[in-house]
Amino acid sequence: MLSNIAFYGAVETGLIYGLVAFGIYLSFRVLDFPDLTVDGSFPLGAAVAAVLIIEGWNPWLATGCAVFAGMAAGAVTAILNVKLKILNLLASILTMIALYSINLRVMGRPNIALLGEDTVLTPWYSLGLAYHQVPVLLFAIVIFIALILLWRFMKSETGLAMRATGANPRMARAQGIATGAMIILGVAVSNGLVGLAGALFAQSQGAADVTMGVGVIVIGLASLIGGEAVITPSTVVRALIACVVGAIIYRLAIAFALNADFLGLQAQDLNLITAVLVTLAIVLPGIRSSVVSKFTSKKA
Amino acid sequence: MISATDLRLTFGKGTPLENPALRGMSLTVNQGEFVTVIGSNGAGKSTFLNALAGEVMVDSGTIIVDNLNVTKLPTHKRAGRVARVFQDPLAGTCEGLSIEENLSLAIKRGQRRSLGTAVKKQYEEQFRESLSSLNLGLENRLGDKMGLLSGGQRQAVSLLMASLTPSAILLLDEHTAALDPKTAAFVLELTKNIIEEQKLTALMVTHSMKQALEVGTRTVMLHQGEVVFDIEGKDREGLEVKDLLELFETQRGLSVDDDSLLLG
Repeated sequence: MLSNIAFYGAVETGLIYGLVAFGIYLSFRVLDFPDLTVDGSFPLGAAVAAVLIIEGWNPWLATGCAVFAGMAAGAVTAILNVKLKILNLLASILTMIALYSINLRVMGRPNIALLGEDTVLTPWYSLGLAYHQVPVLLFAIVIFIALILLWRFMKSETGLAMRATGANPRMARAQGIATGAMIILGVAVSNGLVGLAGALFAQSQGAADVTMGVGVIVIGLASLIGGEAVITPSTVVRALIACVVGAIIYRLAIAFALNADFLGLQAQDLNLITAVLVTLAIVLPGIRSSVVSKFTSKKA
Repeated sequence: MISATDLRLTFGKGTPLENPALRGMSLTVNQGEFVTVIGSNGAGKSTFLNALAGEVMVDSGTIIVDNLNVTKLPTHKRAGRVARVFQDPLAGTCEGLSIEENLSLAIKRGQRRSLGTAVKKQYEEQFRESLSSLNLGLENRLGDKMGLLSGGQRQAVSLLMASLTPSAILLLDEHTAALDPKTAAFVLELTKNIIEEQKLTALMVTHSMKQALEVGTRTVMLHQGEVVFDIEGKDREGLEVKDLLELFETQRGLSVDDDSLLLG
């Protein structure tokens, strides 16, 4: 079974990936914009935060800069799509590849250790909580604030315009919505959230690494789809809660899979497990409804 | 007032599929006029409407809406002046949003959108009142998702959304064509009422000559990207479909061979 520390560790990472899931909800679901930039903006956020922390910046200020860096990356992807008419998926792949070089430039080397540095977590350790509970508390607060802000935004006039842009662009234009500007804003905010996740991840793991972004998109999607399978996203707030719940469930499922000795799985199997979980999350709801409909049609 | 002068537009220029959709189309619509537009397939009706709305850019010519030259402006920058209802009943609304969210989107048409709450308490009364004029019971379903409504109901709401804020012109693109006859009659009646009550300036494309003569104050027929005739007032009174056909033949020396125009 899962140890206490492993459990808190899974929840901690789950909360961070909840932010990634928010970002992916914004791009994939709200804007209908399949955005792979996140594989680059996650390590970008980590790199920017790590470099600035090493330089002696206030860790919150460094984290804020990571958010802006993520937003800039997202804006580049969206501008490639909106202004230069490059297919959205391809535009995001181009930015993602470019970010690999940029992240190496930002860090100056493939990885930066943050051991012994002051991070956003440092002041919280003096609260008297157990060492492995501190990040869970702080990240829960961060993701709660992010959830409230995103929810308010989605309910605002601009947020509603963004939702219309993704759902029905022709109608949105006819209502006077600048759909191009909405896509740029939305993809920027999405990657800003992912940058924030990257910055927090680096600080909780004690290092930033140029390869840490590989597969972030799949993990984010797994969280999003898994969450939607558990909590029907009939309203914005339910969809956002589903992102967080999905991300935590995903991390717990991974932790269980790796801890269950009879399965014989090891850490290097992580990406395979992820792919299987995402496939199941996509396929299972469909199977469930077809089974239900068979039952109902028999009754009728 | 809107005036379109010498609009020209060719799709697929320089390709084997080159298709001149507008060939010197000119039309001026005065304040308060309700113009019905007819024409066979490929006459340029939809292209003309799309050009007015900004969905397609004309190659040459000018479009003036309320003293503003909008020829080069994209759709969203014209939206404050140009309201629109599409042919597809699903196109004018967002099915994932609630009825009141859709109406809240429309109430800000052409205006700046803030970070304040979109669905404001102060709108509720106005929304209920305009929805109750539809007699569909929608005034009690403000929070329902648009996707739960039927095509006819959604088209009725689209019409309401287009008339929620003032515009220089209301464009209706065969907006009853995709509905069953009974619903189409209901939406058409609603259109007449709204346009009359709010004294709107409107341009309605229709496939039916009968409808074109029964509704509105003026009828324009397009053929091959141009206006072939334009009748209003006394000349238009008591006119029947066969008179229209005669008019078309004498004007052009052509006969109408599009069955759907005759049967509609």
